[in-house]
Amino acid sequence: MTVEKNKRMFKNIFQGVGGAFFALIIIVAALCIFTDTFATRLNFVNLLKQITCNCLLSFGLTCCLITGFPDLSVGSHVALATVEVCMFQNMGLSLELSILLTLVIGVVIGATNGFIFSRTGMPAYIVTLGMQNVLRGIAYVLTNGGAVIVANDVGMRFFNLSNATIGNWIPYSTLILVVSFVVINTMLKRTVFGRHMYAVGGNSSTAVYSGIDVKNIRLIVYTISGLLAAMAGVLTASRVYSGQPTTGVGFEGEAIASAVLGGVSFTGGIGTLSGSLIGILIMGVMSNGMNLLQINYYWQLVVKGVIILVAVYFDQVKRSKVK
Amino acid sequence: MAAEYIIEMKDINKSFYGVKVLHDVNFKLRPGEIRGLLGENGAGKSTMMRILNGIYSKDSGKVLINGEEKHFSLPKDARDAKIAFVHQEIALSSNLTIAQNMFLGLEKKKGMFLDDAAMRKAAIESIESLGLDLNVDTLVGTLSVAQQQMVEIAKALTQDARVLVLDEPTAALSEKEVRFLFQQMRRLKGKNVAIIFISHRLNEIEEITDTLTVLRDGCIIVDGTPTQGLTSNEIIAMMVGRNVTQFFDGEKPKGTDEIVFEVNNLCNDRVKSVSFQLKRGEILGFGGLVGAGRTEVMRAIFGLDPVEGGEMRLHGQRIVNKSPRQAIQNQFGFVSEDRKQNGLILVHSIARNLTMNVTSSFIKGIRYDKAKEKKIVDEYGAKLSIKMSGIDQLCQYLSGGNQQKVVISKWLASGSDVLIMDEPTRGVDVGAKSEIYRLMHQLAQEGISIIMVSSELPELINISSRIAVMHEGELNKIFEHEELTQYDADTLQKRIMFYATGERD
Repeated sequence: MTVEKNKRMFKNIFQGVGGAFFALIIIVAALCIFTDTFATRLNFVNLLKQITCNCLLSFGLTCCLITGFPDLSVGSHVALATVEVCMFQNMGLSLELSILLTLVIGVVIGATNGFIFSRTGMPAYIVTLGMQNVLRGIAYVLTNGGAVIVANDVGMRFFNLSNATIGNWIPYSTLILVVSFVVINTMLKRTVFGRHMYAVGGNSSTAVYSGIDVKNIRLIVYTISGLLAAMAGVLTASRVYSGQPTTGVGFEGEAIASAVLGGVSFTGGIGTLSGSLIGILIMGVMSNGMNLLQINYYWQLVVKGVIILVAVYFDQVKRSKVK
Repeated sequence: MAAEYIIEMKDINKSFYGVKVLHDVNFKLRPGEIRGLLGENGAGKSTMMRILNGIYSKDSGKVLINGEEKHFSLPKDARDAKIAFVHQEIALSSNLTIAQNMFLGLEKKKGMFLDDAAMRKAAIESIESLGLDLNVDTLVGTLSVAQQQMVEIAKALTQDARVLVLDEPTAALSEKEVRFLFQQMRRLKGKNVAIIFISHRLNEIEEITDTLTVLRDGCIIVDGTPTQGLTSNEIIAMMVGRNVTQFFDGEKPKGTDEIVFEVNNLCNDRVKSVSFQLKRGEILGFGGLVGAGRTEVMRAIFGLDPVEGGEMRLHGQRIVNKSPRQAIQNQFGFVSEDRKQNGLILVHSIARNLTMNVTSSFIKGIRYDKAKEKKIVDEYGAKLSIKMSGIDQLCQYLSGGNQQKVVISKWLASGSDVLIMDEPTRGVDVGAKSEIYRLMHQLAQEGISIIMVSSELPELINISSRIAVMHEGELNKIFEHEELTQYDADTLQKRIMFYATGERD
């Protein structure tokens, strides 16, 4: 009976992402065979650290895309958040307060995106693209273009957030990913709000006719994306122990690619968080593997770009087939 | 010497994924003939026309144009053979002018560059030859649907077509525009152009066509039978293969005397002081020409458009519907005229769509009661006999009639007392039509009050307990139940048209 139940759970989790899941297994198997560095404890921990940022951004983008449109501001939002969280600490605030403030600002930025998009009717692409530049600009203004090093990290608590591990295997930051996954997955699958997100993305006009509060749903979804981007920024800063206004370029593209690879439709209304997780793992394992294989970083960009094109192409094919 | 037939299709067969959709289809058309092409949805009409248009390739058989065998593999090939198509959905670019649209893909050139002057001149000629009063420099997006339809036809004519295929051209047209279209069709017939006319409206088929071709399940039932002398019931019998009553034949619901909903002097920029009362258990029909403001009245009632004046009363109590949300709380339901745009989420399942308004009854916090959801879907699925492979089937795979049933179920599930149905049978086939009529009748008897907007006069006359007729934003006349029974159908149609065109006693 438990076997039956497990089987059903397994099927539910990977529903509609069979191809992506298969691709992930192939890539992992290939890396196990062709490198002797991939299947090691050290690399496993490293991989978990590497995917943290993209994972949080992708969770946010999954919510945005399911509701219909992407959030292009998350990459520079990460940069700004790394700067904020370090500057607050250097101003003498406690670690907890610094993180809290960064997250609150993240919520405000996300809500601003959502407010402008839902209330003015300006296209989400333009609103978040504009915000992308604004946030990047602020990050440069605050730091004058340079990095912010945390001067006073008592007991390395900030550093440990991303770098310390449980039993030498699981970084603490991974726990944050697990909690985020559970919360967002529950929201999407088991709440009225999640149901309404899918409805808004599937056909916003029908949603209006059904009395669904389209504007506020969009507002809240972009707020969630802002919060997750701020969290990603905090963890990124803690990993490299500094605020970097130059970081996060193109992160939104990678986050969108992960979600779409995992079966989230670029046109809204379709997708699951577990699917996105598979997409995130594929993107993570790919860059990790390419590093191990010592492929030039510039070529890595080319490969990632091609993956994005291929993923969106398959999404397109799938949609034109159902028509 | 010209051949006897302008088009001859011989023993055409076509299968999709192993399913045969056309069986040995034989079709002959003479120059100057207006042919009605009939069949239920899915009978193979569109497949047949798409083969003629070069969109689909045939599996076997021959297509002869003017006695010469032709192989069409692209729509351009059909165009070169002087066969022009006006599709049901308007295929014009709204950001281009009439003249630009008319030569889209066929642009005239002077050397390397566009020859705008020549194209404008030809466009003006074509528009004038149709007797249209339109400036060819107007953007198509600013035209009414009917005008766009006429531009489509004008476009087909600039190609000097010998055969014109009109696929449900009247679906979006008002009665007056249909008259105009028919006049043009007769004129073209006089010029020896052959016309294939596809329509679901039998009265139009009877009026305009010379001969009929009927398809059923991919087979030709009759080809080239003279239309004259056939009754509607005989034609329908050929289409569906059994004798059905043409429309709903039961007694019309009379409704009770209890007034459920009342509108007094409702105004906004499209609606001029509309007042009416709706009784429990009745079907109040709204007739009028396209653009008379019927949909606008419904949108205002449902909170989709602002109300600038007047009041609404539900069970005697004054209410305001500022948004659809509020209207739904007041137990209103709205089956909109465009179900794909406003009624359904096509990429979602039947279950999702059907329970959209009542999600909170089975999802509380993070407790999701799947069994209860299924119970709701099963209940309405059975009540409305929705044909589905399972509750998780996506709505995009359903037929028009079944999609409409899902939309209606959605409103029934949320307990609507007042159900507004805007063109409830648009785009559904004859069989599903009578099923929807029976359902509406049943709902009325269960005490639901229905407002039905319909552009089809027979539908209005056959279903409604009372009929309100609108003209240019005003409610011109309400036919009471007694009046409806006193006239015969023919007289009634004329009476309704009388008020719909703005006449008054």
